[in-house]
Amino acid sequence: MPGGQVPDQTMVLDRQGLDALLGALADARYEVIGPTVVDGAIAYRPVQTVADLPAGWRDEQSPGGCRLVARSDNALFGHVNGAQGWKPFLHPPEVTVWSGRRTGDGVETVAPAPVKRRAFVGVRPCDLAAIAIQDRVLLDGPVADDVYAARRSIFVVAVNCTEPGATCFCASLGTGPSAASGFDVVLTELVDEPHRFVAEAGSARGMDLLAASGAAPADDVDRAAAGRMMTVAAGRMGRTLATGGVRELLYANARNPRWEQVARRCLTCTICTMVCPTCFCTSMRDGGSFDGKTATRTRIWDSCFGIEFSYLHGGSVRSSSAARYRQWLTHKLASWQDQFGIIGCVGCGRCITWCPVGIDITEEVHAIADSDVRSGTAGQQKEATR
Amino acid sequence: MTDVSDVLGTHPFFFGLSAEQLDAVAGCAAPATFDAGVPLFHAGEEADGCYLIVDGDVALELVAAGRGPHVIQTIHAGDMLGWSWLFPPHTWKFDAQALTYVRAVRFDGAGLRAASDEDTDLGYTLLRRFTQVIIDRMQAARLQLMDIYGDPR
Amino acid sequence: MATLVDPVAGAVMAPAWTRVRTVTKELGDTFTVALEAPGGSFPFRPGQFTMLSRFGIGEIPISISGDPADPSSLVQTIRSVGAASLALTDVAPGSLVGVRGPFGVPWPLEAAAGRDVVVVAGGIGLAPLRPAIHSVLANRDRYRRVCVLYGARTPADLLFAGDLHTWRGRFDVDVMITVDNADHSWKGSVGVVTDVIRRAAFDPASTTALVCGPGVMMRFAAGALLADGVAPHDVFVSLERNMQCGVGLCGHCQLGPLLVCRDGPVVRWSEIAPFFSIREV
Repeated sequence: MPGGQVPDQTMVLDRQGLDALLGALADARYEVIGPTVVDGAIAYRPVQTVADLPAGWRDEQSPGGCRLVARSDNALFGHVNGAQGWKPFLHPPEVTVWSGRRTGDGVETVAPAPVKRRAFVGVRPCDLAAIAIQDRVLLDGPVADDVYAARRSIFVVAVNCTEPGATCFCASLGTGPSAASGFDVVLTELVDEPHRFVAEAGSARGMDLLAASGAAPADDVDRAAAGRMMTVAAGRMGRTLATGGVRELLYANARNPRWEQVARRCLTCTICTMVCPTCFCTSMRDGGSFDGKTATRTRIWDSCFGIEFSYLHGGSVRSSSAARYRQWLTHKLASWQDQFGIIGCVGCGRCITWCPVGIDITEEVHAIADSDVRSGTAGQQKEATR
Repeated sequence: MTDVSDVLGTHPFFFGLSAEQLDAVAGCAAPATFDAGVPLFHAGEEADGCYLIVDGDVALELVAAGRGPHVIQTIHAGDMLGWSWLFPPHTWKFDAQALTYVRAVRFDGAGLRAASDEDTDLGYTLLRRFTQVIIDRMQAARLQLMDIYGDPR
Repeated sequence: MATLVDPVAGAVMAPAWTRVRTVTKELGDTFTVALEAPGGSFPFRPGQFTMLSRFGIGEIPISISGDPADPSSLVQTIRSVGAASLALTDVAPGSLVGVRGPFGVPWPLEAAAGRDVVVVAGGIGLAPLRPAIHSVLANRDRYRRVCVLYGARTPADLLFAGDLHTWRGRFDVDVMITVDNADHSWKGSVGVVTDVIRRAAFDPASTTALVCGPGVMMRFAAGALLADGVAPHDVFVSLERNMQCGVGLCGHCQLGPLLVCRDGPVVRWSEIAPFFSIREV
């Protein structure tokens, strides 16, 4: 795991230095994944040079909406975050978890396909926190997920979030906008000429990479500028979420009428769980070859919003959309804490942005807190303003 | 069989009754025994009474044309059987048959009603306790109705 | 308890493959399959389950229903309700079956030592309890009073009738059986299992109750035990949820704060009661 004791030496890289950084990672046989424009949005894909990065683009995010808008500068990381986090690479949407072949008297396991070594460039602090949460869920339980473990050795170049988006609330969860750990290198972009990146290493190999990229020690001016930007950014969150007591709040409000209200809007389309960087639920599908000689067990992303998710001979435990929305929200903010010892949300705002009807997790939690059944105000709840 | 008063005096259904009240109830009671296979009563018969089953098991059955007798509940030692005496028409709704050798105390309905009118405290106590029996039977019937072990499809 | 993984791939989801020894039809759609223990010996604790599969068809969680004193055989009782379970019951001696496990929190037999043990089973719920009954009766002097209370739909639906007869034949266990419905030929008790709890003799202040059956049945049985004075933390139920991995990674088996495969299936009633009464949790 990256992070740890490294000399506290702040460096600075220019645009060419960043290009060199990408090249050095490729030379070291990493497949470099970074943000790029795909279909009018920001997505994380293999990148080769800085020309592949979304220079001068910003993703204006709002409930149920995301639009790329041209910036007045050439910032390479002037966007908020990609439509998905890095989950598709570490916890693939579809993957073979086991394959076997019939032999004379039994079955032999087919060796799994090798996994690419990857470097992630442009990881936001919220997504670093999400990776740490998935580490807890998928690696720290009684059984570790071998598929996730095989993909977990990644080189991480994080980028601090200097301009949080309208749906962001990482500060409420303590996950940003600055990266604290979990990276080999963290960059803070300074766009004013000369376009440069203040860089810190989080590991020895991060130091080496910066050296190989031609990074120079940063001066006090640049260090102060980066620090100032992050202080300002922390105060510019689009939203807030009160996490104190949220576990008890949600458990106590299982019968709050708000669930029926939000259910009238929710399409149970499952998009929120697909874009959420911590959602981890999957389903298994067994299949075989036509000749019956090979069997393959495939694991695919699934969602608690699906009606079959809780199927138990004869019917689903959670068939109403109100119950399914309640399950997702309560799991994310409350029962996740009982199951894994930490809260499941990082405040990245993707579920708000990509929800087709713009349901806002922060608004729902506020509404439930306002109509908390424990304080006897349930009957006085106002109708949602939408 | 020991004295009916002794049986009533030690049975939870009659706990807390005063000596006079126990006497009044015992005055409406008489011992009854049934060999295995012998019916206690039939549906449609006059039901002016009830039973305290002291020992043995009784099957409550419903007979439907073409379906044969169907056991809807088994009454066991210690249970009270019958509440049709409370309100008219006083007729049994089910058949009851002794599954084993049964020792019981049979109460006369008219006598219980008279004793309750005379001593309304006694009447209130008996009514509360019979109501509890009815509630328990109804809860059980509801569970049976739900067919909880049945095929969920 | 070691999780079975294929040593070649080290894959969590890789089954260990073994063969069917016998198949017994218990009731209309319920079968008991005895497998050669994978690896020759398959130790487990009563209340645990495995993930069973047939090659290329699908994998489901199944309770272990055999005697833990004999780990050379893996005995599991399966109700045929879907494609995967149908494939697992449509087997013959020699059929290949994939096994992962054993998984889950078992019945608290150690904690029950020195106390009365009241086993309350409903319908197919007797299957995950049978190993516990075997274990308790094999170590009978560790426990005080032992009651086995069993409710089923009709006399034809009594599971493990042979075992029930054997247990009833002992002098050191109270076996009380009831059915919801019967015709004239049934000379036993007709009524709900909650009424049997009321009639059973045990010391509620020093009882460990093990309850398994349909959710409704467990809820009312727990209610009857509590009404009799048993403490909620002394009542244990076995939960059932959709399970796809059995090891706490797929998220399907959640019930409130619990992952049933990892934190259950056996849980204290005191822990789960608040969630049992909320709809669609």
